[in-house]
Amino acid sequence: MTFTIPIDNGDSVKNAEADSQRTLYPYVTGTSIVAIKYKDGVLMASDMGGSYGSTLRYKNIERMKAIGKHSLLGASGEISDFQEILRYLDELVLNDNMWDDGNSLGPKEVHNYLTRVMYNRRNKFNPLWNTLVLGGVKKGESYLGMVSMIGVSFEDNHVATGFGNHLARPILRDEWHADLSFEEGVKLLEKCMRVLLYRDRSAINKLQIAKITEEGVTVSQPYSLKTFWEFQAFHNPTAGAQGSW
Amino acid sequence: MFRNQYDTDVTTWSPTGRLFQVEYAMEAVKQGSAAIGLRSRSHVVLACVNKAQSELSSHQKKIFKVDDHIGVAIAGLTADGRVLSRYMRSEAINHSFTYESPLPVGRLVVHLADKAQVCTQRSWKRPYGVGLLVGGLDESGAHLYYNCPSGNYFEYQAFAIGSRSQAAKTYLERRFESFGDSSREDLIKDAILAVRETLQGETLKSSLCTVSVLGVGEPFHFLDQETIQKVIDTFEKVAEDEEVEAGDGEAAVAPAEEGGDGGAGAGDQDVAPMEM
Repeated sequence: MTFTIPIDNGDSVKNAEADSQRTLYPYVTGTSIVAIKYKDGVLMASDMGGSYGSTLRYKNIERMKAIGKHSLLGASGEISDFQEILRYLDELVLNDNMWDDGNSLGPKEVHNYLTRVMYNRRNKFNPLWNTLVLGGVKKGESYLGMVSMIGVSFEDNHVATGFGNHLARPILRDEWHADLSFEEGVKLLEKCMRVLLYRDRSAINKLQIAKITEEGVTVSQPYSLKTFWEFQAFHNPTAGAQGSW
Repeated sequence: MFRNQYDTDVTTWSPTGRLFQVEYAMEAVKQGSAAIGLRSRSHVVLACVNKAQSELSSHQKKIFKVDDHIGVAIAGLTADGRVLSRYMRSEAINHSFTYESPLPVGRLVVHLADKAQVCTQRSWKRPYGVGLLVGGLDESGAHLYYNCPSGNYFEYQAFAIGSRSQAAKTYLERRFESFGDSSREDLIKDAILAVRETLQGETLKSSLCTVSVLGVGEPFHFLDQETIQKVIDTFEKVAEDEEVEAGDGEAAVAPAEEGGDGGAGAGDQDVAPMEM
């Protein structure tokens, strides 16, 4: 997918609208986020990697952050755009707090605000190159939604971004059910993250799990999953792919 | 209020620290026909007296829906009131579009008050000549606010504005402590009774008043004539029965409740055409 338009705006010294002002491709990216609703709220998992193309350059990036009292935002895609979004949300939450009137932004409001931002940027051909996952709990109701870089937005009981769409979703469709306990939820997420670790080349074995409940947000300390590389299929991976080269 | 040399400009202070133009704007509110609001923990009722220019014309619309969860009743220069209602609708819908969530009424009235304040501090503007009773819901339940031309706003359990509102206020003052826990039906009945107070002896008919309700789980809507008439019938009937029982000489319920008017508000012939 490309966002270039063949218009020559000249050099960016004299002309502020020259192309270098628009996002054309992502540089430092985060890989999948996987999130599920469970009994007390929402659980979200992500690894701590920031890839620079095919290089796993940064290994300590927190891709999940608390927003206000009631929400948790996870992002995959361009890390600098995620940081920009955090600044927008910071301002939003600040203004909301300044009202000091007993009303506060819940996860639904934050999700819709982000949808508006992402869609408007897409319309200007200058997207924020992220897929965002927004989870939260307010007044006992859990909320989990997703927004993509082109402004596609929806809610669901379980979501995944990037490679997670292909590798984690099928597992979640089979094994998610309502009212998972915390332990069951973590196990389910770890199962998805393990598959991603084996199969997604931009995943690293250092992950965090974040939980959001009525009480608030907790992000776990980073930890790694046990992996097993002695599967028969791993020994001779191309055994089934006979070819001329 | 006397004419003096400090009342020409809204941006001129008087030596005693008053802005006369703002105070004159508040007078315009008092000339409009009455509007009443009351609230319980979960519902807000707005009611007003229907006033028509002449028998040939229809009556002025004084209560507006701002959103499903917010309504406003106005008194004073209705043209100013319409403009402000349009502003409120715009704020509410913009918030709804961005956040897919209803704008908390407490935040709306602050925007409205700040808008009114601007007009008290620009020499090329004039204050809005309309008082607004804003009823709505937010996270903490039902609220009723009064926004005045000065840019101030206050929260109320119950309030009345416009001509002969003092009578309604006296009625409300006697009962407001129970409104918090009132049922929806009792709240409506109290609103209509308060409207009756401002009519000063005129028989209360459903065609003379407009009543609107909103509440938790109930979007803003107007009550139809039939419903209003039914409520009126419940207490007019009680009044009739008591009169019959009491016999001659003893005051029945209805006339006794009309005691409190302090004679405030101009008579109809003094109301300027643009004010309702």
